Amino acid sequence: MSTGPEKAYFGRRYMLSASHRLHTGALSAEENRAAFGKCNNPHGHGHNYAVQVLVGGPVDPETGMVVNMVMLDEAVRARVLDRFDHTNLNLDPLFVNRVPTTENLCRAIFELLDGSIEPARLEQVRVEETENNFFEYSGE
Amino acid sequence: MILLTRRATFSASHYYWNDAWTAGKNEQVFGRCANRNGHGHNYTLEVTVAGEVDPVTGFVVDLKWLKDVMEREVLAAWDHRHLNLEAPEFAAAIPTTENIAIAAWKRLEPALTAAGGARLNRVRVYETPEIFAEYRGPQEQVLTPGVVDRGGR
Repeated sequence: MSTGPEKAYFGRRYMLSASHRLHTGALSAEENRAAFGKCNNPHGHGHNYAVQVLVGGPVDPETGMVVNMVMLDEAVRARVLDRFDHTNLNLDPLFVNRVPTTENLCRAIFELLDGSIEPARLEQVRVEETENNFFEYSGE
Repeated sequence: MILLTRRATFSASHYYWNDAWTAGKNEQVFGRCANRNGHGHNYTLEVTVAGEVDPVTGFVVDLKWLKDVMEREVLAAWDHRHLNLEAPEFAAAIPTTENIAIAAWKRLEPALTAAGGARLNRVRVYETPEIFAEYRGPQEQVLTPGVVDRGGR
């Protein structure tokens, strides 16, 4: 096996605050209440989400970095934070036909960021909805 | 197989500078981290080992022993030090969080391998609670740009 630059990972946490309501047109009002409980409250509710972005790739011998954090911050700001921070997630086009659960938010964030931080590779997005629950998606 | 992680903290100073570049380029690429007077962080080192549970002790490794290895191999060299000036591995490499994670692996791996049993699985270094770098060992060397050897994992 030929050898090359070492692979390492770089992770960074961001915060975003948003509201949502878990509700699907596929279920009756009563079924929605049964499935989503408090999260089905008609007026919605909000969270401070922590978004942890993990990227991987070769450590650039000139900079010692997998990714320049300024570039990563800019990609996350432009593609994720500007879009979702201080918004109602249910009104975003991505959630017109998808319930804005944190699973789906995690997946949406991965898809919005994927390919935007080359040459590093987006490895995983983790979204913490509260300090007691979190969701991870790695594109598979 | 069980993964076991032990955490330790150390405090150190550093700056980012590539001697092959002009001052202007260093400042452009590294921003405030290029301040030659240095700055510091409280780092958190997380060391993960992988192994089978010993049927007699119920341990993957003895946590006290792992703590001693981390203190002897890493903290004794880096805690309350200036990484650029006092840690030999950063005489030639920039002490970015990525390179610190790789260097911590290289310091820990021989002692863990010599002991047998659990293997070093992952080293994660937090520079702040919001920023970390992780290294999973040389089996993940990049063979050609953009193509990562996942070693069949």
